[in-house]
Amino acid sequence: MQKEYFKNIDETLISEVLPNGLTINIIPKPQFSKSYAMFATNYGGADRRFKLAGNWIDTPAGVAHFLEHKMFDMPDGNALNVLSSRGASPNAFTSSGITAYHFESTSLFDENLRTLLSFVSTPYFTAESVQKEQGIIGQEIKMVEDNPGYVVYYNLLKCLYASNPVRDTVAGTVKSIAEITHETLYHCHKVFYNPSNMTLSVVGNVDPEKVIEAARELLPSAPGEVPERDYGEKDAETPHQSVQKASMEVSAPQFLFGSRLVPESRGTSRLRQMLVGEIALRAVFGSSSPFYTRLYAEGLINSSFEYELDYTAGTAMLVAGGESRNVDGVMNELKDEIARISSEGLNKTLFENAKKAHFGSLLRVLGSFSTMSQAMADGAFADYRPLDAFEEIKNIELADVQNFITQNLTTEKLALSVVSPLER
Amino acid sequence: MNSSTELIMQGVVLTCLQTEKFKTGCLSINLLTPLSRETASKNALIPMVLCRGTATLPDMAAISSRLDSLYGARLKPVVRKKGEIQVIGLYADFADDAFIPEKSSILEHISELMGEMLLMPKTRGGLFIKEYVESEREKLLELIRGRINDKRAYSMQRLFELMCAMEDYSTDKLGSESETESITANELTRHYREILSVSPIEVFYCGSAEPKRVKAAVKAALASLPRCEEEADLGTDIRMNSLEETPRYFEDEMQVTQGKLAIGFRLGECMDEPNSAAIRVFNAVFGGSVTSKLFMNVREKLTLCYFASSLIDLHKGILAVSSGIEFDKYDAALSEIFSQLEAVKKGEISDYELSAAKSFVASDYRTIEDSPGALEDFYLNQVLIGPECSPSELAALAEVITVEEVVKIAKGVECDAIYFLRGTTEEDS
Repeated sequence: MQKEYFKNIDETLISEVLPNGLTINIIPKPQFSKSYAMFATNYGGADRRFKLAGNWIDTPAGVAHFLEHKMFDMPDGNALNVLSSRGASPNAFTSSGITAYHFESTSLFDENLRTLLSFVSTPYFTAESVQKEQGIIGQEIKMVEDNPGYVVYYNLLKCLYASNPVRDTVAGTVKSIAEITHETLYHCHKVFYNPSNMTLSVVGNVDPEKVIEAARELLPSAPGEVPERDYGEKDAETPHQSVQKASMEVSAPQFLFGSRLVPESRGTSRLRQMLVGEIALRAVFGSSSPFYTRLYAEGLINSSFEYELDYTAGTAMLVAGGESRNVDGVMNELKDEIARISSEGLNKTLFENAKKAHFGSLLRVLGSFSTMSQAMADGAFADYRPLDAFEEIKNIELADVQNFITQNLTTEKLALSVVSPLER
Repeated sequence: MNSSTELIMQGVVLTCLQTEKFKTGCLSINLLTPLSRETASKNALIPMVLCRGTATLPDMAAISSRLDSLYGARLKPVVRKKGEIQVIGLYADFADDAFIPEKSSILEHISELMGEMLLMPKTRGGLFIKEYVESEREKLLELIRGRINDKRAYSMQRLFELMCAMEDYSTDKLGSESETESITANELTRHYREILSVSPIEVFYCGSAEPKRVKAAVKAALASLPRCEEEADLGTDIRMNSLEETPRYFEDEMQVTQGKLAIGFRLGECMDEPNSAAIRVFNAVFGGSVTSKLFMNVREKLTLCYFASSLIDLHKGILAVSSGIEFDKYDAALSEIFSQLEAVKKGEISDYELSAAKSFVASDYRTIEDSPGALEDFYLNQVLIGPECSPSELAALAEVITVEEVVKIAKGVECDAIYFLRGTTEEDS
């Protein structure tokens, strides 16, 4: 067990890698009532083709998400009910890159953690339960089709990627999930839910030794194979398609633009790239930036405008967008702004303030146990520690941020997705 | 955690929660105003305009860059609907002094900035800047029109609008398009001056600073606050029964793939002397938790829908069910939802259901003490409807609620209206 105290932020990090390959990260918070645990596998919607014992295997779209729904079934009941009946709030999510099971509770943490570790490592599926779930997930797929945020996001991904499966929705389609059987689920569970491919993050009022002890006792003791994945042909540097448009029941055009980065996949260089990218996006798009304040005042954008940096399934991209009656106007302004930053350079005060503001937002994340747990899970899969950000940020220079902007926000790297109101 | 409440100026109450457990603290200044169709949009617009510029920081760029330099402090306009009271104001959250590289007094800087925004907005000839008012008016209109983008929230809002058509509660916290469209800088400035002097003000702080320091900072920031003798008339009219014998039915059509069902109820008798812990446990048994009857039976057992849940508004005494269903499952879903409520009324509640609901509510209360933002909203609710208990005291109360108490609450519940957002008939999606 490794214990490190981060004096600057008054937090302690406990880490452990078990002989079976499971990474555990714990931040004890003795003053709080609640505790939060997240048990995650490095397996998401994009992991559809993988190599096992030398053979390539193809699976239908939507298996990772389907598994997430069915994992709560146990031979003697439903883990969701067991945890909920103790007052815990359990839930799970699947992204393109990971599947995570988590709960928050204010009492009986050790029991709840044991339940979490047990149900996620115990597959139990029947033909009937799989068939029933196809109906429920079918409804979920339909529901998101009515969500403009979802449509605008996936249409952007379809522009950015020609072949990488991150371009497809995590839940799959009604057709693809019809191909899923209980055998598919057993097989994929065996492949991806082995401790070597998983991580446990805990933040809260907990005894770290008991957490590690529970994982040691309840999970298989032997390490497993971490399967190699195939994300299709390597996509070109520039978007596959520059614009995608759709129409829906919305009040005003919703837009999202983005570009692909060449990801630093692991370690401190990854953490550094995230910090540089986040500071850069804040400097260009943040609420004090010339771009944001000018477009806001001109009525081209409103407070729904947001931006983020996103790493998933071996990809990295930046996205930004919101609502606008004149999306072309926004894109023209962006082009001018990037040209201006390229020629004049990024304003020094703006950079310093963006750096300070980002420091503040990192502090804020420490107060959100769920965000912190997920950051530690992402870090465990990419070999960096989110708590190192508070020191690493000091090393970020104006030139790093300036380079990031001029490399990743040029017109030829950007793709745009728009969802407009229906024509009446 | 130490909480203290003090009247620091005429009509201004400061609540301080001193704790060292958070890395970020919060400060909010809230004006309490009556919710009404005529003023809701104007009220909502005021904090948005105040965030556009002050006497010394004349535009958004100046304000935002000041906030960035205070280690990314965030300051935003807030509009809340608490029953028939509209709460408008400013909410800030910011890094605690202990954790920023250069030692600073962020609390004092933030309260000064908030005071200036509230009391010394950027003006021209004594009026709000016309461009700011018009620009924020457009933004408010976009927000109001944008409500249809989230079909679930929209269906609930339409339910309340139609069900409570004769009550002030029907007004949305942002008001309406028609009221917003006609607002001028002149009219808004006049309204601002009026509510500033008559509205009771609730200030809330949570963080590591001592109450004495907070009081000094806030008093300094609000020193020029105008106060008049007469205070605004505030309160919520709680309707106990449904309007008609059978529930009223309303519907809208839209091009959507999934229908949204929203059902409104009056909580009834339990609102005479509301026991909030007990009402929350009732809601958790019926539809407010994942172990509830709605979740287990409507969603899980019958696979009728993707979600079915209920919520309560203790300010107004309303219970509402929200569910996403396929269009042709309308009758089946409706009858299943009603039969689950009947089951609660008849006391068909297993030990498991009750204990799970109690644990859920208790945990929900305890978690409030782990978040500055949740504490702020909790204490604001406490000011408006009580009871004078801390979240952990309420958690303890929730843990001893009996089946009889839950049944008694359920028996008073009456369905008042049903709203259905369906797909357009001519088009088959």
